[in-house]
Amino acid sequence: MEMIPYTVEIREDTGLNNAKLGIWLFLASEVMLFGGLFSAYIFLRIGAVDWPEGSSILSVPIATFNTLVLISSSVTMVMSWASLKTQNFDRYRLYMGATIILALVFLVAKGFEYSEKFSHHLYPSSSTFLAIYFTITGLHGLHIIGGLIVNGYFLGAGSKMWATDPERFTNRIEIAGLYWHFVDLVWIFLFPIFYLL
Amino acid sequence: MSTHGDHQEMSFWRKYIFSQDHKIIGLQYGITALFFLLAGFTMMMMMRWQLAYPGQPVPFIGGLLGEDNAPGGIILPEFYNQLGAMHGTIMIFLGVVPLAVGAFGNYIVPLQIGAPDMAFPKINMTSYWAYFLGGVIMMVSFFVPGGAANSGWTSYPPLADIATMGQTFWLFGMIFLITSSLLGSINFITTIIQLRVKGLTWMRLPFFVWAQLVTAFLLLLAFPSLEAAGVLQLMDRLLGTSFFLPSGLVVSGQILEVSGGGSPLLWQHLFWFLAHPEVYVLILPAMGIVAEVIATNTRKPLWGYKSMVYSTIFLGFMSFVVWAHHMYLTGMGTAISAFFQTTTMIISIPSVVILTALLLSLWGGSIRFTTPMLFALGFLPMFAIGGLTGLPLGLAAADIPLHDTYYVIGHFHYIVAPGTIFALFAGIYHWYPKITGRQLSETLGKVHFWGSMVFMNGIFMPMFVQGLAGVSRRLWDAGEQYAHASGVLWTNEWMSISAWLLFVFQLPFIYNILRSLRGPKVESDNPWQATTLEWATTSPPGHGNFATPPVVYRGAYEYSVPGHEADFLPQNQPEKG
Repeated sequence: MEMIPYTVEIREDTGLNNAKLGIWLFLASEVMLFGGLFSAYIFLRIGAVDWPEGSSILSVPIATFNTLVLISSSVTMVMSWASLKTQNFDRYRLYMGATIILALVFLVAKGFEYSEKFSHHLYPSSSTFLAIYFTITGLHGLHIIGGLIVNGYFLGAGSKMWATDPERFTNRIEIAGLYWHFVDLVWIFLFPIFYLL
Repeated sequence: MSTHGDHQEMSFWRKYIFSQDHKIIGLQYGITALFFLLAGFTMMMMMRWQLAYPGQPVPFIGGLLGEDNAPGGIILPEFYNQLGAMHGTIMIFLGVVPLAVGAFGNYIVPLQIGAPDMAFPKINMTSYWAYFLGGVIMMVSFFVPGGAANSGWTSYPPLADIATMGQTFWLFGMIFLITSSLLGSINFITTIIQLRVKGLTWMRLPFFVWAQLVTAFLLLLAFPSLEAAGVLQLMDRLLGTSFFLPSGLVVSGQILEVSGGGSPLLWQHLFWFLAHPEVYVLILPAMGIVAEVIATNTRKPLWGYKSMVYSTIFLGFMSFVVWAHHMYLTGMGTAISAFFQTTTMIISIPSVVILTALLLSLWGGSIRFTTPMLFALGFLPMFAIGGLTGLPLGLAAADIPLHDTYYVIGHFHYIVAPGTIFALFAGIYHWYPKITGRQLSETLGKVHFWGSMVFMNGIFMPMFVQGLAGVSRRLWDAGEQYAHASGVLWTNEWMSISAWLLFVFQLPFIYNILRSLRGPKVESDNPWQATTLEWATTSPPGHGNFATPPVVYRGAYEYSVPGHEADFLPQNQPEKG
């Protein structure tokens, strides 16, 4: 597919390469998806007879811990890209590995939180609050898993491209990073609306 | 792929089945979508039998429908509901949109902007296969216990929440279709923004490309809302949540044992936030095709190209703030109704601008009455009827008595059937020489056009009469049990006969498409003497589309330029001396 222009180089009048534009469009669509679900949350909460205090059901300490984990993973993600920019592939692998480990930590903590709820017989079907909580955090969790797969590929088999086409590989990491920051950002919204407000 | 098997076979699979070439993918979309259009049409023909002759066995195919659906060939109400829900779903999501966007967009847009392919060929292939799987899931759902989805194409809860298993299949199928359209729309927007050749500035783009660009934005930003709604409905159906189930809901005399507190209105808001922009997804590519065909066949530039472009962009923005005009009957309150009435009246303005510009483009042209031109000319009054009958539905006072009657069915079918589908036919006749290197028969084309024109109107015009008489839209017995319907039910037989004759007049079209594949080659790459870039390459275009990237020197519709010997001046022809 070498013949398709602007896969690596930047088009002068738009200032973008294809993949950069593509990922921003994808994220715009994702904003609408989570936006629709957040709107559903607002709609249901306004219409509810009573709405529980989030912290009375959910664990604020675990969520705070997870917030810190995700923010750190965003930092390591940026560092992995910056390492490639300075041609330091070993440091890239270190930071990308750290990003993946942090994502796994997040999922383990989240899984612990879920099973804790189930053991107290709190299911999605128990109340509207829990229903929307499980739906949005579950969908967010799927996005984390998606990011894990992509990042895992770029740490493993996908990193071979560094030897053949370093510029394109660096672009790919930047784009994976944009997605990863978006997933973090969704959590930054999730955390207050379910746990604090 | 596999390590064994000879090279020839692998290249067939790579070339025609898992192809990444936008032209092959466009053809895959087109063939699949035409198949689904036929499937959706067949379902409608069965429904029309039931409406014309309620309770009588369906002839010919009645015995094939299965004892659960139609014992003795007589369609059961439950099966009628499945046919209704799936006719709508198939026609919109598996037929018209994939043909208008997936097929024409994929094939024509890269050619018209001079690109070698779409920006992301692998994603393009994935998009087609996600669509294909979504379609398979939808069709398979007819064979699960309880049959296919039967809560209408709108899947309104609480009914859809408690419906049979087919509804779950519908939701999974929709998630595949949404994924497909997400991948497709990212690809279209990136391609149009990034891969325009040198000299092809925004105001030199063919109007068809503009229409596809705005359509892609609508798909990108509106569909996620249905995805959110679909996820919530799946939670309701599979995990027992109550997003759309209010407290104390009584089903079959029993209070439903759910946590409650949900709202059926939430579904409607999320659904129509997609489904109204979806209307413009159905109509904008059609307008784009009609613009191309009219400019080529009147031999003059489009009248008001720029205002058409700005209207299309404005239409795109406005389509996100009109959704609740589908919900006047839900008691949202007069203030909200007033807001949505206002936006609805505003959005009619750009549609009228585009239609007027297309109509005025005919003025003073030297019109060639080719088959594509006939379909394009047919589009104009048909779309106008559809649009004008929509105005009363945009106003709450008139909508309340007309809502959910056959008037609504007549209105939106005029937009989509003799409107959009006519434009799609025009596109097929117009671009067939480019795609195959061969010409469709004009005689068969004209038979196809006049038959379709007469019988489309034969089906849909009486619907306005029935609707104004108050006949409700989803009745299995066509409304026999209602006194107020008795005066207009005789029209059902005529509508049904029109539907079957409409099918008969599609046969020359199908025959024409197949037979012309073996017809003589067209001698020119540009048989219509058109100006846009897709005609500047071979027919069919080779891999990579253009031998060398073309350069664009002028706007898209330079026909009958004073002082120029030929009556058309292609976009890529260099200025002389």
